[in-house]
Amino acid sequence: MALCAVPPAPTFYTHTMRHLLFTLFFCLSFFAHAGIDPAVVKQLAAEESEDKIAAIRKLAQSAEPEAMTLLQELAAGTLKNDKGEEISINNRVRREIDGALAGLKLFDPDPVVRLKATREVAAKADASQAPMLAKALENERDPKIKGMLAEAHALATLKHADMNVRIAAAKVLAGSSDPNIKAVLKAQSEEANEAESLVRRAAFQAYLEVKDRMTFAETVGKIFSGLSLGSILLLAALGLAITYGVMGVINMAHGELLMIGAYATFAVQGVFRNYFPAQLDWYVLVAVPVAFFAAAGVGVLLERTVIRWLYGRPLETLLATWGLSLMLIQAARVIFGAQNVELANPSWMSGGLEILPSITLPLNRIVIIGFSLFVLVLVWALMNKTRLGMFVRAVTQNRPMAGCVGVPTARIDTVSFALGAGIAGLGGVALSQIANVGPDMGQGYIVDSFMVVVLGGVGQLAGAVWAALGLGIFSKFLESWAGAVVAKIVVLVFIIVFIQKRPQGLFALKGRFVES
Amino acid sequence: MQRRNFIKATAVSLAFAAAGFASAPAIAADTIKVGILHSLSGTMAISETALKETALMTIEEINKAGGVMGKKLEPVVVDPASNWPLFAEKARQLISQDKVAVVFGCWTSVSRKSVNPVFKELNSLLFYPVQYEGEELEKNVFYTGAAPNQQAIPATEYLMSKDGGEAKRFVLLGTDYVYPRTTNKILRAFLKSKGVADADIMEDYTPFGHSDYQTIIAKIKKFASEGKKTAVISTINGDSNVPFYKELGNAGLKATDVPVVAFSVGEEELRGVDTKPLVGHLASWNYFMSLKNGENDKFIKMYKDWAKKQKLPNADKVVTNDPMEATYIGIHLWKQAVEKAKSTDTDKVIAAIGGLSMKAPSGFVAKMDEKNHHLHKPVFIGEVKADGQFNVVWKTPGPVKAAPWSPYIPGNDKKKDEPEGK
Repeated sequence: MALCAVPPAPTFYTHTMRHLLFTLFFCLSFFAHAGIDPAVVKQLAAEESEDKIAAIRKLAQSAEPEAMTLLQELAAGTLKNDKGEEISINNRVRREIDGALAGLKLFDPDPVVRLKATREVAAKADASQAPMLAKALENERDPKIKGMLAEAHALATLKHADMNVRIAAAKVLAGSSDPNIKAVLKAQSEEANEAESLVRRAAFQAYLEVKDRMTFAETVGKIFSGLSLGSILLLAALGLAITYGVMGVINMAHGELLMIGAYATFAVQGVFRNYFPAQLDWYVLVAVPVAFFAAAGVGVLLERTVIRWLYGRPLETLLATWGLSLMLIQAARVIFGAQNVELANPSWMSGGLEILPSITLPLNRIVIIGFSLFVLVLVWALMNKTRLGMFVRAVTQNRPMAGCVGVPTARIDTVSFALGAGIAGLGGVALSQIANVGPDMGQGYIVDSFMVVVLGGVGQLAGAVWAALGLGIFSKFLESWAGAVVAKIVVLVFIIVFIQKRPQGLFALKGRFVES
Repeated sequence: MQRRNFIKATAVSLAFAAAGFASAPAIAADTIKVGILHSLSGTMAISETALKETALMTIEEINKAGGVMGKKLEPVVVDPASNWPLFAEKARQLISQDKVAVVFGCWTSVSRKSVNPVFKELNSLLFYPVQYEGEELEKNVFYTGAAPNQQAIPATEYLMSKDGGEAKRFVLLGTDYVYPRTTNKILRAFLKSKGVADADIMEDYTPFGHSDYQTIIAKIKKFASEGKKTAVISTINGDSNVPFYKELGNAGLKATDVPVVAFSVGEEELRGVDTKPLVGHLASWNYFMSLKNGENDKFIKMYKDWAKKQKLPNADKVVTNDPMEATYIGIHLWKQAVEKAKSTDTDKVIAAIGGLSMKAPSGFVAKMDEKNHHLHKPVFIGEVKADGQFNVVWKTPGPVKAAPWSPYIPGNDKKKDEPEGK
């Protein structure tokens, strides 16, 4: 294996391309004469997992390029036995294949492949892999991969017969942030597993370091999930912050506007599936304006037909919009069916970003946090930087005066209600990517939305932002401590108490116009 | 005065109309009415809608073959909307108003618990097609799904076996209601009997319809990193499974590291999920669509044709699953029992059905136990494949008799293996 010298760091990549190809050829020809024992290949199709695993190990040791192809096919379930049936494998066999493949790939010329393989090996290395890892470590030039390989090698030699090797291994492992290594170090620091007190001390020191790093990572993870929940609450509530917060309409159909946004996304996905299957990944982007205008359109309809007649009569508005919400739910049921509809995450929103081995931030949530920031900036700019926003503020602050100076108050009412509805539609697009889309999905968000707006202070967009983020992080920390069911109850109790003590919410508007 | 007369007249005519509606079913004696009680909306619709379709399909199959005792079956479908008290109301309506001879329905145990008193009071029949927690034996109910010893216990044993990964730590994750709570109580007792310490068991619950699984996945990751091999046993029900599995895939928790075995997730629930990151996660059932045998081929073809004929959404991609098979078996066994008893009378059917059997799509003979109202069924454990189907990795050699009173719960050894008052 030493013959397959791995090329130097990726910065020299192009320069060493020829060298690399040469090396690769050399490797191939060197091993070609060995060939794969057909009996081993046959053994892959054995009934018992034990036999399969033995065959996989033999293949891995042969280090043949064909072995890699064979194992990859076996993992993908495309390898066939004599009778032409696909060979089925279970998790135990799959684990073995993953390990074997990673071992083979450690010597791959592509640093990206090596990095992935190293990651695979890193947390599970055992003593039998130590020589292989040492060799890989020796050949490796990429500093990042080298660091990980060093850890993997240390893990493999943690049970070495020589106590100084063990101490050195523990010291290397102190730099790790892998949760599995934490457990291994803890075990090593116990008297039952380790006879030498020096090694125990080194292992314990390393354990503490890893533990600190893990605690930090956990906190980061919790804050992230809190931010993510907060961004969803914000998207759900921002529209309401305009219709209820600014205009004073208690809109019980707000959740259904979210639902319309989500169904608009579903419809766009359907159009893409049928007409532009190649661009399916980008349907979400198209869905954003579609959902906005669909929800805004419904908003205009609601305002023109029902709500405009009820301004200043909160109780009637509440009942009328509640009735409207039931009608909208039923309409969705008739049009799209009572069952939830399927929405696939586009590939660029699936998977996660691994920051540390213990925390992976899901991409769809990162995108949604970004999206909520975008919507927030949009709303802020619209309300504060445009003529329309100025009119909206003028009308809500002093309607007769605004009318006197020539603001078309009735039209502004319609437009601002439509704006609130449209933003709810945008929230629906985001929700469709993480929650289930069904006719009554809105019901689950109406309470949360009102909670955010009331907590933040009616009439304040900034209040809604702080309330959403605060509630998100608060309930995530609570959830990891007490469980989802209890967290929900505690949050509701907290809000009740808070509103009793401070009915105006976090941020109260100051000025004379509030009461009038 | 005129106005009052008008009201009176309306009231009288309404009353007549109502009476007319109520008495109409009694006149139509050339059919036998059967009730179908499944949620077609709300959080459980993801699972239950397919059962309604299966029931309608089976009824059509029976009608085409001449019906039951020469009479056609007439299905009465109601939608209890995932609303547990509404289940009881709808059940009462089916029995008292529509005069159905039998009801096929319910999925969640909480809905079954809510209708049990109704069936007892009106002495009618319920066929319940879903795996459940046991700890119940009603005279008026036939359980065609699995009892814990036909699903949960074998699955846990598999996880502890060499092929299952020799798990030493367990996360018991469920939706917060009676089925997961009771199943986890049984599993905890079972795990203890196998020498698993309390510290190695984590139990967590989420509300129905929960959609944010970030914290729970993070907790599982942390729990799994504390040294021993960990497995997750999920009793999450309904549409929460979609966000749960999405989050699982996104967080990169692979089946080779922490396998998740689910008791309420089958082919139908996985339809809305990208299963590529989920390859290797497990489910335990008494039937999988991927089983190869003549009965199953027939069953799958029948359902696919039905879906096309009914123009169900995504009709070309419909799947069959375990509760659908259980529904199919239940209706057929009821038909056999009615023909044997020569009556649809509840008590006569109950007396006739014990010991009846049929060749089921699982490839085995499903037999109704002589006494305990449960089926003898085989157990399969399958791993999720990239196409959303299951690859069977373990199975029992033959059908297993159900033990509704789990031996792991103290005091159950004294309970009788047949309903009280029979």
